[in-house]
Amino acid sequence: MRRNQVDKIQAHWWSKTAIGALLGLLLAYGLVATFAWYGPGGIDAPIKVQFNMWLITPLWLTIFSLVYLFKTGRSALIYLGGANVLCYSIFTLLRSLG
Amino acid sequence: MKIRGDILRTYQTLHTWTGITAGLLLFIGFFAGALTMFQSEIRQWATPPAHHLAQIKLEQFDSLIKQTLAQSPQAHQEFTINLTDQQSPITWFEQGKSRGLRLDDQLRQGTLDQQGNLVSELSAVNELTSLIDFLHRTAGIIGEIGHDHAGIYILGIAGIAYFLALVSGVIFLLPTLTKTFFALRDKKGPGRFWLDSHNLVGLTSLPYHVVISFTVVVFAFHDFLYGGLSVVYGEQPMFERHQAAVVYQLSELPPVAQQIQKALDFAPGFTVTSVHFTNIDTRQAMASFNMLNDQAMMRGPSTDSLWMDPFTLEIINSSYPQGDEGIWGRMVNTIFAIHFGSYGGDLGRWLYFIMGLGGAFLFYSGNLLWLEKRRKKQTTEQAKSTKIMAALTVGVCLGSMAGLAVCIMATKWLNLWSVNVNNYYMGLYYLTFFAVIAYAFTRGAAVAAIHCLQLLALSCLLIPTTSLIAMLWPDLGLWPWHNTAAMSVELVAGLFAIAFYMLARRTKLRSPTGPANSLWHIPAARNDEITAQAALST
Repeated sequence: MRRNQVDKIQAHWWSKTAIGALLGLLLAYGLVATFAWYGPGGIDAPIKVQFNMWLITPLWLTIFSLVYLFKTGRSALIYLGGANVLCYSIFTLLRSLG
Repeated sequence: MKIRGDILRTYQTLHTWTGITAGLLLFIGFFAGALTMFQSEIRQWATPPAHHLAQIKLEQFDSLIKQTLAQSPQAHQEFTINLTDQQSPITWFEQGKSRGLRLDDQLRQGTLDQQGNLVSELSAVNELTSLIDFLHRTAGIIGEIGHDHAGIYILGIAGIAYFLALVSGVIFLLPTLTKTFFALRDKKGPGRFWLDSHNLVGLTSLPYHVVISFTVVVFAFHDFLYGGLSVVYGEQPMFERHQAAVVYQLSELPPVAQQIQKALDFAPGFTVTSVHFTNIDTRQAMASFNMLNDQAMMRGPSTDSLWMDPFTLEIINSSYPQGDEGIWGRMVNTIFAIHFGSYGGDLGRWLYFIMGLGGAFLFYSGNLLWLEKRRKKQTTEQAKSTKIMAALTVGVCLGSMAGLAVCIMATKWLNLWSVNVNNYYMGLYYLTFFAVIAYAFTRGAAVAAIHCLQLLALSCLLIPTTSLIAMLWPDLGLWPWHNTAAMSVELVAGLFAIAFYMLARRTKLRSPTGPANSLWHIPAARNDEITAQAALST
């Protein structure tokens, strides 16, 4: 069965690229932040800060490279924005509890 | 594997555009990076023999250091003691410093004479390997942003595009992967052969490429990444800065032998090749040891490192695994090691050399595929953009290689005219580079490719030829190879000369026979003219 035009991935290069670059980086930071504070070793393990810094880029670029799978720039914005809100909410909650 | 058509098309477009924008920059980064694997050999080759002073006994180093510090204010900032026979016992910078590319650095090297007095001489530092390193990290883009080369940031952005190109390349290859992975179809036309080899090289070295791509991004932007991370850390300090409680007097410095013993106790099986002392009379006094063991995995560009407070002998940090506590440092060091390729001894370095050249091939072949796909099959007149890209591909790729080959070839000859050959390197490189690009634009990609490959073959051939001339006429003041490292540099240069010659020949043979609307086609009349020119010039 042929997919109709509406189901297909829309190009939306500029919006998806901007969203992947910015929200992808923000989400990578959110994940690394949670890992830095609540992952193994905690926040003050020696040299872990270097590892955390290294972790940002592969996470960011992986998210960035997969952003083009979203059907439209709008849905990329909604899903990645939502993931960011979720991630930072959990992080802020954990920080306020600790 | 089945993947939806719209996904494939999306990622094919992404692959094309990221590849075509970043490919040429990455080509320079990769071929120069491959050469950095043999920096030490190239440096030995480029430095005139007996350019270092006599080595001394270990227990004499204390006196050497004391006399050096008493004599030179510059040495208080940094100096290096070298324990191998290939270098002078002590070196320090009279002008410039140890990091970065500056062409007028002056290094003073010192040793002790028979009576135990310091003797020293000033020497220029051969910057050939710095030039290679500069090309590797910046693709030759001049200019500075803040305290870094602008090219580093530009390659960082190219690294992002490179990662996207890798992911998208794999995605749109997945459906045909099992059928075409090991296929190298040369019967289906040259285009198919290029595509198959592009895919084969890309897929077989994929893990290497993934690591290289994201480490490039981190190397370029680590200051910004740490900046962002400091927001996450908030009040929590990110780094502990080592600072001694008091400033020690130089007379309190423990004997060098004792410092070295401490380092060796920490890493049995290793030898210390050199120790770099910095800020010796401040609270940040530091001794960093270069530790060599060819039998072990090393994590720096060419050695392991160990940092010690030279007064208290406290080990501040090291690139070695440090128990369970050190798991984070270990993981970080592993990432560094995978980029630098310093973990597998000589075999590993050859492998990295080949994979580096393979990476360069990936970008070059990628551009050729793009050109082939865009060329109009019905007419001989191609679109302007296609012609420009063809000229750029040939000009930038072959031009950067030719620029460096000319610099290497000229090194020994320039020594006849000038002590400081470095002043000529930049001029020679950019002159050749831009001349080749200009040539590619005026004569077209097809003709330029042939002539530039011939230039490359000739430059590479002249590298061992220079040694032959030096042996035949020793009075000239050139020098032949003086150790196995230098000899192997010339051997490899000779092999490259043959490879470039064969490429030039094949390109030339194909040019009149291919389809008339190919970008590489040279009409028979023009081809005769080229042959005539070549005959005249030989």
